[in-house]
Amino acid sequence: MTAASLLLGLLASIGRSTIGLLAATGRVTLFAADAVSQLVRPPFYWGELGRQLIRIGYFSLPVVGLTTLFTGGALALQIYAGGARFNAETVVPSIVAIGIVRELGPVLGGLMVAGRVASSIAAELGTMRVTEQIDALTTLSTDPMKYLVLPRVLAATLALPVLVGIGDVIGVMGGYLVGVYRLDINGANYIRNTVDFLETMDVVSGLVKAAAFGFILALMGCYHGYHSGRGAQGVGRATTDAVVSASVLILAANYLLTELFF
Amino acid sequence: MPVPRIELRGVRKAFGGPEVLAGVDLAVMKGESLVIIGGSGTGKSVTLKCILGILKPDAGEILIDGIPAGRIDRRAFLRDFGMLFQGGALFDSLPVWHNVAFRLIHARQPLSRRDAHALAVGKLARVGLGPEVADLFPAELSGGMQKRVGLARAIATDPHVIFFDEPTSGLDPIMAGVINDLIRELVTEMGATAVTITHDMTTVRTVADHVALLHGGVVRWAGPVEAMDACGDPFVDQFIHGRADGPIAAIR
Ligand SMILES: Nc1ncnc2c1ncn2[C@@H]1O[C@H](COP(=O)(O)OP(=O)(O)OP(=O)(O)O)[C@@H](O)[C@H]1O
Ligand SMILES: [Mg+2]
Repeated sequence: MTAASLLLGLLASIGRSTIGLLAATGRVTLFAADAVSQLVRPPFYWGELGRQLIRIGYFSLPVVGLTTLFTGGALALQIYAGGARFNAETVVPSIVAIGIVRELGPVLGGLMVAGRVASSIAAELGTMRVTEQIDALTTLSTDPMKYLVLPRVLAATLALPVLVGIGDVIGVMGGYLVGVYRLDINGANYIRNTVDFLETMDVVSGLVKAAAFGFILALMGCYHGYHSGRGAQGVGRATTDAVVSASVLILAANYLLTELFF
Repeated sequence: MPVPRIELRGVRKAFGGPEVLAGVDLAVMKGESLVIIGGSGTGKSVTLKCILGILKPDAGEILIDGIPAGRIDRRAFLRDFGMLFQGGALFDSLPVWHNVAFRLIHARQPLSRRDAHALAVGKLARVGLGPEVADLFPAELSGGMQKRVGLARAIATDPHVIFFDEPTSGLDPIMAGVINDLIRELVTEMGATAVTITHDMTTVRTVADHVALLHGGVVRWAGPVEAMDACGDPFVDQFIHGRADGPIAAIR
């Protein structure tokens, strides 16, 4: 093969994937707009929203709590090891707090919940698609976007900030435990330094991120499940696609939102 | 001439490969029962889904009361509509009674849970299922029981247009008889318009006013059920008698 034809082939494949990406973006955007627009069109399925809040929010608490607890602890150790030995009392608490609240709480929390929830939503909706339950909903005068998609997306968007807020507290506590019991920092000073250092904007930006991640992960679960291919293989694929796309989009959105809040 | 309740004109549908429907023409009059027969995989279920708009036909027209399906008030049509899916399509996260009364529980003026439960038990009795079934989950039922729950759900609000996709497959002959009589009753007494897909010739003879045989993507033969035996069409003949040799190939 000549260099020219190689180059042409490369360009063609870049073009193809770009077009594919644009098309997918368009489809997801339309899907999201359809789901969100259901908010203002009655009826609204409160019961479904409640069920999803419990499933997505409440049952994700242990995962998010454990994630931030260990992360906060590890962060404290790392900062100490990274040259903060001499003024550990101020540096460790402040960097742990900033790191957890602004960045690691929402991102790791979002990724963990994506693994737990985006996959289960995709598998659930995918199975419903394959067994024609989604078609059956339509024939029973119930809009699947309204009955299935909106409650899940809304519940995740509402639940993630709360989850991450609790996770933030637990993460700071993880840093506190390590700081006080491993690094011999004075407990009262640790807490004072944390509180003094954190600003409202730090907390708010982290929680806004969490809401965005909740929206993304539920949307990906619903989108891939809703458009699942046929059979068990189709559902399996939808589940994988949901987790992968949710994770990547969460990380990308995290960068954009961080730029915005910087 | 009266306008058919549902009419298909030259409906075509392909899924990437060869055409499944290659110009289907069908008409169902109000209060009439049409039975569609045809070999496995000839596109009977696809035809129903095209009428419902679940699948979009590639070409052709679907008319509801003479109005193109794209322009009808779909919500109003669906409000008075029921469908039994071939696989049941029960909501497996909901108990049987909630499945049956789903439409009433989620209606604009919802029924109370108690009333919905009572109504579901009543509908289950019509398809030969006892009240103890109401509180089970779909996964706890046999295939035939699931089918009958799907049927109970389809008729829960006494709709005037009902589609049945193989209502008696997987049922014992006695239960099949009960279901056949039920469908006939819905048409005769409630004046419902019914479209039924079946492979069961007893169902055809009990339920049908008109019969249509789907083969090769088109309606091969259509006519009143009385004319079916003497129609002389070799395709229909082979189908009625279930012979392996004839114009319909056994391998497809
Ligand atoms: N969603 C779909 N995607 C791709 N192909 C499909 C789809 N639905 C149906 N088909 C194909 O269309 C053809 C007709 O399917 P259909 O379910 O209508 O058959 P049928 O006449 O109902 O058969 P049976 O009596 O076995 O139920 C089949 O070959 C099937 O593979
Ligand atoms: Mg079928």
